[in-house]
Amino acid sequence: METKTEYQPFEVDQHLTARGNYWAGKAGSRFFVSIRDKKKLLGSPCKTCNKVFWPPRSICTFCFGELKEMVEIGPLGTVETFTVVAYAEPIHPRPAPFIYAVIRLDGADTGMAHFLDEVEIDQVRIGMRVKPVFATERKGNILDIRYFKPL
Amino acid sequence: MTERVAIVGVAQTRFAPKRVDVNYGEMAYEAISQVLRDTGLTLPGDVDNAISCSHDIWDGQTISNIGITDVIGGHLRSEEKMALDGTTAVYYGMVGILSGEYNCTLIMAHTKMSQTNRNIVNNVAFDPIYTRMLGFDYTSAAALQARRYLYKYGLTREDTARVVVKNLANARHNPSAHQVGVVTIEDVLSSPAVATPIHRLDIAPDTDGAVAIIIASEERARQITDKPVWVLGIGSCYDAHYLGDRDLANTFALEKAAGRAYAMAGIKNPRRAVDLAEVGEEFSYQELLWMEGLGLCERGEAAKVVASGATAIGGKLPVNASGGLLSGVPINVAGLNRVAEAVLQLRGEAGERQVRGAKIAVAQGHSGFCGQHQCVVVLGN
Repeated sequence: METKTEYQPFEVDQHLTARGNYWAGKAGSRFFVSIRDKKKLLGSPCKTCNKVFWPPRSICTFCFGELKEMVEIGPLGTVETFTVVAYAEPIHPRPAPFIYAVIRLDGADTGMAHFLDEVEIDQVRIGMRVKPVFATERKGNILDIRYFKPL
Repeated sequence: MTERVAIVGVAQTRFAPKRVDVNYGEMAYEAISQVLRDTGLTLPGDVDNAISCSHDIWDGQTISNIGITDVIGGHLRSEEKMALDGTTAVYYGMVGILSGEYNCTLIMAHTKMSQTNRNIVNNVAFDPIYTRMLGFDYTSAAALQARRYLYKYGLTREDTARVVVKNLANARHNPSAHQVGVVTIEDVLSSPAVATPIHRLDIAPDTDGAVAIIIASEERARQITDKPVWVLGIGSCYDAHYLGDRDLANTFALEKAAGRAYAMAGIKNPRRAVDLAEVGEEFSYQELLWMEGLGLCERGEAAKVVASGATAIGGKLPVNASGGLLSGVPINVAGLNRVAEAVLQLRGEAGERQVRGAKIAVAQGHSGFCGQHQCVVVLGN
């Protein structure tokens, strides 16, 4: 029923450009300053639940307790899962093909999704030990880690 | 106040890769006018509440329901929008009737995926502070979940490919479907890699379409139809947002949502009670994962169940007899399409895809990447 029309379908073009600036919050502000200035990764510990979260956060996911402390985590970690992305989109900060992985940083109970590089695609394994490669010029965002690479 | 809620009518547009002939309101009206004709109900008199279901960013308009109140009978009346999957719109509509506020509610889900870029749209679903800048979308996130799931249970791409083969074959019997045909496991395996282990044929295609259903209180339902389909149970549950917060091979939220729905329906053993399932497999691996989360088989066993033929239309527990999302159903509409397909089955109106003697069906929908929010609907005739 989408084929027969008595009119020429007309398409209206829409192109939105909006710049967004988001405050990183209590935990996030400390995380991004720490990664930018000291190349140190921070997580949020919940003493009640005996868990350390990345991304850092102000409220425990499980007990809803307020989290005020921060602890250093990583920088080494373990690959929990990965994918080789074959397609290109303007949202990608790297050209395809590239590898995404979820990396459990040492000392954290949750994983960090990020890039994996300096590894042959067929050599990537779940359980692989990796370390971050930091950007030389760090701006206080998640790409201050350029990617992780095998130890 | 009613104790029970019934679905008294369902209608769906034909799902198509690109509907250039209608805008989204006109497309929605195709399903709405059809369900009104089928039930003999009229707007505005017979329907006292309306709920639409879509997402602003897909529609290109903030609070996108404000632009289509006319077609859904919302003008100078009650109309609200559910910005989660269509199953959750059923939940919301049902609450309104059980509260005694409404008697007869029109629920309509619509999305035209052809009008924008799904990956860019879905990238905006990721938190802006830690994750979005990395460029994730639903497909790359799903690939991380697929890999983890295959790894955890020692499964292969052949296991997930069997879901595609089954569903596209089922879709041949579904006049609403647009991605249909005889594909082999080899076709799926050799289709281009998108985000490994997910290849082109493992992904539900971009689709335009709408689904409308009408639900009513028990008393009103019996006036409207002699074939009411009862909502026996319904449950929903959220999991954590961040990809690294969850064991992606697990389905805690779905288990909880299903547990609530089964408990409400008085079902203790879903494997015995459920005659058919319609699940939301945006990607082929998800059919296996969701079957396990719904308690339809043991964890890690869904691939074996599919390979045994038990989930085929003539099998012991048909799953996605409709062809599922792989046959082409838009995001957001997916869950309402699962419900509508289950209703057609329970009314014996599913044509060549009919599952014989179906009495209890489960429909599952989810929102967010990797099935973060889950909603389960148990239906019975």
